[in-house]
Amino acid sequence: MTAMKKFWNNKTLRSNTITYAVVILGFVIMQTLSSMGMLGSAVKGYLVPICVYIVLAVSLNLLVGVCGELSLGHAGFMGIGAFTGIVIAAVTAQLIPEGTVRLIVAMAAGGILAGAVGFLVGIPVLRLRGDYLAIVTLAFGEIMKNLINNMYVGIDEAGFHMVISTEQMKLLPGGTMIISGPLGATSIQKLATFPMGFALILVTLFVVLNLIHSKEGRAIKAVRDNRIAAESVGIPVTAFRLKAFVVSAFLAGMAGALFGLNFSSLTASKFNFNTSINILVFVVLGGMGNILGSVISATVLYVLPEAMRSLQDYRMILYAVVLIVVMLCTWSPKIKNAIRAMPVLLRERFRGRRKEAGSHE
Amino acid sequence: MKKILAMVMALLMVMGMLAGCASGDAPETTAGTDSANTGGDGAVTPIKIGLTGPLTGSNAAYGLAVKAGMEIAVEEINANAAQNGGLTLEFRAEDDEADGEKGVSAYNSLKDWGMQIFAGAVTTSPSLTIAAETLNDQMFMLTPSASAVEIPATGSNVFQMCFTDPNQGASAAEVISKQWPDAAIGVIYDSSNPYSAGIYNGFAEKAEELGLNIVCETSFTEDSKSDLSTQVTQCQDAGADLVFLPFYYTEASQVLTYANTIGYAPTFFGCDGMDGILTVEGFDTQLAEGLALMTPFDANASDEATASFVAKFQEKMDGLVPNQFAADGYDVIYAIYDACVAAGVDGNTSTADICAALMEQFASMTFDGLTGKGMTWDETGMISKSPAAVVIKDGVYVPMS
Repeated sequence: MTAMKKFWNNKTLRSNTITYAVVILGFVIMQTLSSMGMLGSAVKGYLVPICVYIVLAVSLNLLVGVCGELSLGHAGFMGIGAFTGIVIAAVTAQLIPEGTVRLIVAMAAGGILAGAVGFLVGIPVLRLRGDYLAIVTLAFGEIMKNLINNMYVGIDEAGFHMVISTEQMKLLPGGTMIISGPLGATSIQKLATFPMGFALILVTLFVVLNLIHSKEGRAIKAVRDNRIAAESVGIPVTAFRLKAFVVSAFLAGMAGALFGLNFSSLTASKFNFNTSINILVFVVLGGMGNILGSVISATVLYVLPEAMRSLQDYRMILYAVVLIVVMLCTWSPKIKNAIRAMPVLLRERFRGRRKEAGSHE
Repeated sequence: MKKILAMVMALLMVMGMLAGCASGDAPETTAGTDSANTGGDGAVTPIKIGLTGPLTGSNAAYGLAVKAGMEIAVEEINANAAQNGGLTLEFRAEDDEADGEKGVSAYNSLKDWGMQIFAGAVTTSPSLTIAAETLNDQMFMLTPSASAVEIPATGSNVFQMCFTDPNQGASAAEVISKQWPDAAIGVIYDSSNPYSAGIYNGFAEKAEELGLNIVCETSFTEDSKSDLSTQVTQCQDAGADLVFLPFYYTEASQVLTYANTIGYAPTFFGCDGMDGILTVEGFDTQLAEGLALMTPFDANASDEATASFVAKFQEKMDGLVPNQFAADGYDVIYAIYDACVAAGVDGNTSTADICAALMEQFASMTFDGLTGKGMTWDETGMISKSPAAVVIKDGVYVPMS
């Protein structure tokens, strides 16, 4: 009893448990329905992308919500992870015949490369603040997209080839192209599975929640809330921000690899500004720094436009309207207070009526 | 921080609104038939055909054109079904926003609807992702307008109604070497677009083989296509007297307009994406005079089939003149329908059996449509039809001598 009470009073533990519980429950329900054959092809198709977007939203939340840095280049890290994952999965096809193992290797490679790029980019970028950081990360995302768009990667008996124009790309007979410029990667072997997506969400939650509630996490939040005060007590500001940035990029890279290996073909233009903004929307509407909020909003906002397919041409307008309404409801203090006051108001009115009715008797 | 966020949000919402508006007032999507289900003797279960294409967003013009072309074909077929043993079609289009990921979602939702034949996708990236799915599901796929050579290579069940990009590039090089053997050629292409880059690669390879004199090669990307003045100036500086423009007519209209303002008047040569240049709003069609292009379809052709199609399309789309996308869509439905009738399949046949029957039919059949006569398909699923090179004279296409 006291243990329960103790658990309930520990706010962090409680919210973490709820977050894990929601994710696990969601997985169990979907997996059961899927094994019972009760899911349509459309819903089955959403499962892996939803996992990917949850991981992206949670990792971006670490940056935007916890660290307080506006990053508009998250899709860039996702793209690095995706194409690294695709290349690794294609190159190791003979070496590792087992699909799941190859997927894990590909995801790890995607994450590591994205994290490494995040580290290199982070060194100069994280000395900037606010608006400047937003602009630089935006440019970073676009550079990554254009870089991949011009890349030709192939493999043949002579080994691995990576060039930036078709003329230099002369593969020996029997060789295969992995990435061919603007056409992107084609004939990808689909390795991604829903259980792997779920596992990635758990890893992400574990990493992010532990980071937030650790000593580092508190330091990062201190930097967010008051940089000067944090510096004055001896917190190495850039180092902590860099740590969060690299972790976030690493997780985005893993998610990207999972995403890339879920489709048979992928173009670099997928990882444009719009995708970055989309992820940011998930984070903002789910609540800054609210991890469970990111999980829920990524799921709902991914499914929403798909669920509204029957509305045809109006669905994108309605999607925008929903975004505006949610934004107003969660951010405007006036509406927030009004909603909060609603039950009280109703109760009072109800009581008042009863009193009035009583006085008549 | 909050201010930027608010601005970003506002921007996104405006973009969402625009994407929604771009599609305009689209007609109802399911141009199906209910007469077939009413029973009676000889009632045949209709076959369900699905399409995915960009019905919203910046590529919506192509998706809506294909969709309207297909709807016209379905309506005609259903009206005359009695002549063909009563086989009718049901048709549904889903939006894929020209994106591979959304394409798979759209394809899956069509599958949930009960689609038996896939007549998409309109653009290349969704076609590539969906082709692998159709191979997995053993569903017949015939794309009207996705032209990458990798698409039919996905599987033996995947067929194409349009030319493949490298083939078209190679034919363009041949036409140029025949018509303008001594021309100094400039090339502008969109390096971020698989269609444009695919044609360019095919063209460059063939041009080298034929010994064409290419004096300038320059490119742009999706992000920089709003201003192509640099590329045009580069061609002018290099002294190109023929400029090859393997991309879509919206960007081409800019090139022509800018070339006119700087007084640069080479021969411009385009591909099938150029078809539609005469319908660009606010574009002075005078500038397109003398423009040469390769197109399988001519809306001004005098034959009865084209005239009737153009009239129906204009009625459906508020007077818009159909381009090759619409004609490809129309042909796709007729080709599928002819093959279904010949193979004797109907809506009760399983998807995999329809696929096997159609693969057999397409390997052997010859099809006459709006975009060519005597079209045949090889075993890989690529089409063979002759591209017609035309020149624009007095606002109409005139066959090149």
